Amino acid sequence: MYRYDEFDHTLVSERVHQFRDQVERRLAGELTEDQFKPLRLMNGLYLQLHAYMLRVAVPYGTLSSTQMRKLAFVARRYDKGYGHFTTRQNIQFNWPKLEETPDILAELAEVEMHAIQTSGNCIRNTTSDQFAGAAADEIEDPRVYCEIIRQWSTLHPEFTFLPRKFKIAVTGADHDRAAVRVHDIGLQMCRNEAGEVGFEVIVGGGLGRTPVIGQTIREFLPKQHLLSYLEAILRVYNQLGRRDNLYKARIKILVRSEGIESFSRMVEEEWSHIKDSALQLPLDEIARIENYFAAPRYEHLDDNVREFEVKRFEDREFASWVRTNVTAHKQPGYAVATISLKPVGKPPGDASAWQMDAVADLAESYSFSEIRVTHEQNLVLAHVKKADLYALWLGLRDLELATPNAGLLSDMIACPGLDYCNLANARSIPVAQRISERFSDLERQHDIGALKIKISGCINACGHHHVGHIGLLGVDKKGEEFYQITLGGSADENTAIGKIVGPAFSYDDVVGAVEDIVDTYLEYRTDGEEFNDTYRRVGLAPFKEKLYAAH
Amino acid sequence: MTVQILTANRLGDGAVVYRSQAGEWTARLGESRVLATAEDAARILAEAETPAAALEVVGPYLMPVDNAAGEIRPVEMREFIRAKGPSNRTDLGYQAENNSPSLVG
Ligand code: SF4
Repeated sequence: MYRYDEFDHTLVSERVHQFRDQVERRLAGELTEDQFKPLRLMNGLYLQLHAYMLRVAVPYGTLSSTQMRKLAFVARRYDKGYGHFTTRQNIQFNWPKLEETPDILAELAEVEMHAIQTSGNCIRNTTSDQFAGAAADEIEDPRVYCEIIRQWSTLHPEFTFLPRKFKIAVTGADHDRAAVRVHDIGLQMCRNEAGEVGFEVIVGGGLGRTPVIGQTIREFLPKQHLLSYLEAILRVYNQLGRRDNLYKARIKILVRSEGIESFSRMVEEEWSHIKDSALQLPLDEIARIENYFAAPRYEHLDDNVREFEVKRFEDREFASWVRTNVTAHKQPGYAVATISLKPVGKPPGDASAWQMDAVADLAESYSFSEIRVTHEQNLVLAHVKKADLYALWLGLRDLELATPNAGLLSDMIACPGLDYCNLANARSIPVAQRISERFSDLERQHDIGALKIKISGCINACGHHHVGHIGLLGVDKKGEEFYQITLGGSADENTAIGKIVGPAFSYDDVVGAVEDIVDTYLEYRTDGEEFNDTYRRVGLAPFKEKLYAAH
Repeated sequence: MTVQILTANRLGDGAVVYRSQAGEWTARLGESRVLATAEDAARILAEAETPAAALEVVGPYLMPVDNAAGEIRPVEMREFIRAKGPSNRTDLGYQAENNSPSLVG
């Protein structure tokens, strides 16, 4: 794992010190709220409905057991005993006190954690594939480049006050688990004809009010030019982005209004000036960072593990968990285990302090003390010996963390919504809970197969509803909570924005509507068809028919 | 009848508070001072926007309530949730202390 160098240490400690001073001045009346608000946001501290909310960065979703234990400690000592893992691979605490926040940040700094770049119009925490470094289908570990981007972007003087927030995602695998086409910049590692590894650069994607699928601005960017090229894109955006209109300030709007060819020409022009500058990444620097992400000390094992196969044969529940929550690892004899934070009827992404501590222990025993946070609000142990999977599963079962539903219907994304969020129109979490209760029969979910439901409480789309196979968006209709449903969205390599199926459903009716949609899919699907295959083949009509015929 | 009350979040912990009859900030919605006229509302809001008030609260605003049955009740879902706590966690927020309006109707 990456370890902070002295520079990072100094920076983070100075930040804590500075923020402590700012909080004291606010409490003493020396700073007005208007002056203080941007300062607290720069440190990840929001004011929500019931309390402050602190968003802590988990760079590219990778955590050590020690860091996880610290999060558990913070949850217990300064919050109400739990935390919420988000679609940005971060964690949010929902009840910190203002006067205690500097102490929390000081605690976090002890384990190299902070809340920098989790808010404001800067380059946000770079996200990545949760299976990075482990996935069998990976070209290279994308976190190396996430870290290089982090070092370049943290407090970059030119990009601290961008027109809007700016999100970058990197994936190293063909199968896109990082949703790179719906980020301001997406980097997809690829090989050119000579077999060299570089990036396909995708720009101008995003969700929110105006969902846009990113477009490829460069088919192949050699690695050493990564930062100069990113800098060129950011410069063009920083100069031309609409600062006068919040809704038009994202790069997706700029790329769309300029057209990708013209935007690309401006970037190439800018790039030509800085391409060979100090921003060029020397190969030994890449190698230095790669070192931090070197593969753990795997044992040399046979990929066929008899005891694992036997357990799988003997124990149906275990077999069912393996089927959904275990993924192939590139190292023989190892596997990747997804820990579902979506037990039936529970809020997606929430984990209690004792669960966090226990996961830290399990990671220590079975996965080189390393944990991943996924953008789908689950946790992952990335390097588990197949021979240990059964013991891990038993441990998870005791923690209520062994729900065999990764990738299935109840593995939903839901934003905090109106239960916590100041910007919400409608609740998300209870809708997710009710859907998961309605489909609590896991056999039924296995029969339905892979299905992604994503729920946002307002148009800001933190719950990624546009790219859900079934997307739910909370809207306010004369003071009542309603949900607009979209179908056919996707966030992977076949990124698609869902289409609105028809008039919105009330809070009471929306769960029934989801069930009607699922039933319609089951009625029409042919062998082996996933939801979006069927949807693309039959279109919206049969779904509309089922949903609205009776009305 | 729909009238207004004044609400804000407490500076120190962000908790939801209401301006009371006694001219203080209270966690109890039921103790709110009911503002029946626009003039009243504007004056009380202005008082909450002074530098002195900013030492106690953040973001004061007026919210509509219904006090027809002699009990002050929020009108909007958002305000019910602020008054109670997260609807999915009845162990958190004011609802945990039995100190909030019932969410019906
Ligand atoms: S989508 Fe809206 S309601 Fe949900 S967390 Fe984001 S801003 Fe809040």
